[in-house]
Amino acid sequence: MRHFAAALYDAGPRLKANFVRPRALRATFSREAGEGIGARMKNVLPVTIVVAALLVVWYVGALVMNTPLQRDFFANAGVTNYSAEDLAIADLNMERPKLPAPHQIVAELNKTVLETAPTSKRSLVYHGLITLQETLLGFAIGSALGIALAILIVNVKVLEKSLMPWVVASQTIPIIALAPMIVVILNQFDITGILPKAVIAAYLSFFPVTVGMVKGLRSPDPLQLDLMRTYCATRAQTFLKLRAPASAPFFFASMKIGVAAALVGAVVAEVTKSEDGGLGARLLAGSYYGQTVQIWAALLTAAALSATLVGLIGLADRIVSRRMGFAR
Amino acid sequence: MNARSAADLAPPALFGAGVLIVWEFVVRGFGVPFVILPAPSVIFLRLIHSIPILAADFVQTIQGVIAGYVIGCGAGVLVAILIDRSQFLQRGLLPLGNLVSALPIVGVAPIMVMWFGFDWQSKAAVVVVMTFFPMLVSAVAGLSSAGAMERDLMKTYGANYGQTLRQLRLPAALPFIFNALKINTTLAMIGAIVAEFFGTPTVGMGFRISTEVGRMSIDMVWATIVVAALTGSLFYGIVALIERRVTFWHASYRQRGA
Repeated sequence: MRHFAAALYDAGPRLKANFVRPRALRATFSREAGEGIGARMKNVLPVTIVVAALLVVWYVGALVMNTPLQRDFFANAGVTNYSAEDLAIADLNMERPKLPAPHQIVAELNKTVLETAPTSKRSLVYHGLITLQETLLGFAIGSALGIALAILIVNVKVLEKSLMPWVVASQTIPIIALAPMIVVILNQFDITGILPKAVIAAYLSFFPVTVGMVKGLRSPDPLQLDLMRTYCATRAQTFLKLRAPASAPFFFASMKIGVAAALVGAVVAEVTKSEDGGLGARLLAGSYYGQTVQIWAALLTAAALSATLVGLIGLADRIVSRRMGFAR
Repeated sequence: MNARSAADLAPPALFGAGVLIVWEFVVRGFGVPFVILPAPSVIFLRLIHSIPILAADFVQTIQGVIAGYVIGCGAGVLVAILIDRSQFLQRGLLPLGNLVSALPIVGVAPIMVMWFGFDWQSKAAVVVVMTFFPMLVSAVAGLSSAGAMERDLMKTYGANYGQTLRQLRLPAALPFIFNALKINTTLAMIGAIVAEFFGTPTVGMGFRISTEVGRMSIDMVWATIVVAALTGSLFYGIVALIERRVTFWHASYRQRGA
């Protein structure tokens, strides 16, 4: 009996594979043959060219958008005989341009990241570290809560029926609107510093994690669950040996969404309580004083932070799935 | 069918009602300060009494949401169709699109406010940026989702590119497009409300939330949040309803056996 069940278990994936569309199958095989890296290399050239095109568009846009402003400046300063070249150079080096040119943002990043001491309030490293702390703390709380809730929902029937629709419905609500209020409420309890912002980050990252993990823990197919039953596996065993490993791809996918959401939460929370610093506070300060270069620099730093965090989780995903024997 | 959907609705409805009742009793029983958490009944009264203000806020915010949503999603689908024929552009744009989807795009809000002014146009611009990339990525995936067999069939019919696109590939892409449309309803609401934190004429849901928090009239904040939540759910519901009407042939609806 046991052998029969094991054979069935083995046949499961193969049976399914026979019904997979030929194209998907070919994709799987080519991935197994280690073409994944090759495909990524193939993307390098197109991505480079598209990025280069974007930079050109950016420069043209900066010229077009800044010209009226610069003309006014020249007129106010009484400069009349300027050539088109003078105008273009002035356009791309304004102090408060409508659209700063890329090299201005790079210069600002260079100044605020490398040349300013990281302890100074003018340093983007200082603000970035604050945002990073809030994001990581919030993400840790949020994903732990999300996973715990997913485990509950998968195991307790009553909760599945009553809780899951609310988790889904909550996705349709602009949760971020709550951010200013959560900061105020926590202030009443004398909770200040990074914790209120981490709570908002947690709040945002927690829903994608719950939804993804419920899907992941449910992903083993009935054949595999039946097999566990024929083994007389307890619930805990089924969970540890089948459900948890099967949810790994979903786990990493939801972690990626969760950490990106946590960063958004942290940045928005900083906008609503800007005196503690952080990238969101830099955004707000820049928008108060019309410092466009500062806004763009803060924005790019936040983007780099987000991309790095997501990339790190992607790396962990690749390592773990290789260890688990998923061909990638 | 009716009995079944009622049975499906009962547990979450009971759960929601239970939460409200517990909330009311906890707030009244333990004397939770008003600033921290007002009782649901207080919020409801406030909501009823300030309908004119809330309605004005709603109109202001929804303009930006709808305009941005339509432009952003429309542009996403159009660009997807445009780059669909070029492998090169797809390879160049899609990784960027995936990257941008993970970025904190709400951060462009101050820039858009600077470019397009305080009124709803700047909010629409933020929403366009937020909704464009999810739609682009989904629509490109959707356009390539038609199976090889169906494509071959179109070829044997001698269908040209336009016919294949209209008759086979766009309909096959619809479930993907609707998926992005649904995700984008939430993103559009978030984008518009957060953009209002950065500056608006003195009306709008985001403005209301940030000013009333400053004035400590938390019941008004909650009333605005109720309106925002209802709007978001309704928006999502309408899109989901259209989806059901338009992609009734898709497996996820067929199997339910209505």
